[in-house]
Amino acid sequence: MSTPLFEYLLRLGDDRLILGHRNAEWCGHGPILEEDIAVANVALDQTGEAQLLLNLAGQIEGQGRDADQLAYWRDETQFRNLQMLELPRGDFGFTMVRQFLFSAHAHFVLEHLASCPHDDLAGIAAKALKENRYHLRHSSEWVVRLGDGTDESHRRIQAALDELWPWTVELFYEDAVDAALKAEQIAPDQAAIKPKWEAMVTEVLTRATVQPPKGPMRMVGGRKGRHTEHLGHLLAEMQIVARSHPGASW
Amino acid sequence: MATEAKPAAPTEDPVKLAEFEARCDRGETIEPKDWMPEKYRRQLTRMMSQHAHSEVVGMLPEGNWITRAPNLRRKMCLIAKVQDEGGHGLYIYCGTETLGTDRAELIDQYLYGTAKYSSIFNYPTLTWADIGVIGWLVDGAAIVNQTMLAHASYGPYARAMIRICKEENFHKRQGYELCATLARGTPAQKAMVQDAVNRWWWPSLMMFGPHDTNSPHSADLLRWKVKQKSNDDLRQRFVNLTVPQAQAIGLTLPDPDLKLDQATGDWKFGEIDWSEFNAVIAGNGPMNRERIAARRKAHEEGAWVREAAAAYAAKHQPAAGQAA
Repeated sequence: MSTPLFEYLLRLGDDRLILGHRNAEWCGHGPILEEDIAVANVALDQTGEAQLLLNLAGQIEGQGRDADQLAYWRDETQFRNLQMLELPRGDFGFTMVRQFLFSAHAHFVLEHLASCPHDDLAGIAAKALKENRYHLRHSSEWVVRLGDGTDESHRRIQAALDELWPWTVELFYEDAVDAALKAEQIAPDQAAIKPKWEAMVTEVLTRATVQPPKGPMRMVGGRKGRHTEHLGHLLAEMQIVARSHPGASW
Repeated sequence: MATEAKPAAPTEDPVKLAEFEARCDRGETIEPKDWMPEKYRRQLTRMMSQHAHSEVVGMLPEGNWITRAPNLRRKMCLIAKVQDEGGHGLYIYCGTETLGTDRAELIDQYLYGTAKYSSIFNYPTLTWADIGVIGWLVDGAAIVNQTMLAHASYGPYARAMIRICKEENFHKRQGYELCATLARGTPAQKAMVQDAVNRWWWPSLMMFGPHDTNSPHSADLLRWKVKQKSNDDLRQRFVNLTVPQAQAIGLTLPDPDLKLDQATGDWKFGEIDWSEFNAVIAGNGPMNRERIAARRKAHEEGAWVREAAAAYAAKHQPAAGQAA
């Protein structure tokens, strides 16, 4: 029923839709006005990327669904985002550490996709790669600044990292969807990305004077539609207006 | 330092004052380093910082609907709009700083002191249609006011207004288009937008402030060409612009006294409920407490971030080769 490429585009699109949603929650509530603006900017990029990716997913699927139908009319078990991205936004440090861990990985994925043989996807990836460079720079600078700032900020960044690190295992998740797309040179090889991501992350965390925890990684299932309890609440809020008025245009 | 605490300045040098007022009369622009009467500085600091606070507090009622926007295009438009408002706030704070009070102090004055922000943001956003109506009516009213301020005698303020008006015009068109879409939508959507207009119309008229006869700061501001038109003139202009727009999309404005005066071409409107206006200004509007509480919470919860950024900068500034 659903092709690997459709599934893969949902994964890419949902990651950005959900993280963009969480980041947008900061609008009006940031620690300093400049950051209200900056984080909103990131959210805007991510929502725009989600729209492009989900529209393409709808085209590939060929059932007449567009990005809005996919975003607003799927239930939580049909979402394919990483679980880490649906967690509540936490404090500003948590938001920055999450953005950094995700953007560092996205950088290598998008770099690959930008030159993949699927032209539409390559075009979207090239645009997203450019935007992600800013997200990566912005978040990594904050991770360093806060990690190496005051005792309190150091403690908070280390706590955010302790909480988030066990979820990062899911960044490298692969299944038959990836295998099929790797065979077509579309999807990147996560095993090849992992050392590059680790090197980039280690470099920044070292400057931030924090360390990843040693403990076990989480059991995750976002790519298969198995989520945390947070996603249902996020979607209830996101979808309420659209679903209260079936068939309406906005 | 504390601009609010300064006594009235009766002892301005009369020669300098006359020269300054002559410059205002000739329509010259006053720049930060120019001599200006203390009262001009104080009035402008009050007005500009109040404007900046309004932009920032204004992020809250609209931000309330970002997570529920009904499609991705609207969601992005709304994020971008709220982001623009943050940008306006930043820009006007910078303009205000040229008068000698820094941003941290200005922010303290409204979070913990007596400085005001626009009373319109003390009303709640209850449905998605409020997002359209705020763009159309609230930004529409702001534009009428700010178009005038773009000719204000103080250069940094006037220049900020020119830039901000461009973006506000875009917001207004977006809001009006949102309202038009709802007005021609399902019966439920149409009812939603009419209800939102009913709730926001009178507060929008109150945005222009009290009647000229009751406006304590107006005389000085008009004389010094900070303002060029009175509150009532601007309010009338807004009503004249808005009535045909409402008619064009089939919405009614909640005022039985609204009628066209054929002689003047003005749309005459009923009396504003000034007791409501005064209650909101006094801090007893529907959302005053919540808005200030939300801003204080963001400010206080962000303290550790600001402290850390300062500590990091201090730690790394002296090191050679670190500066970007």
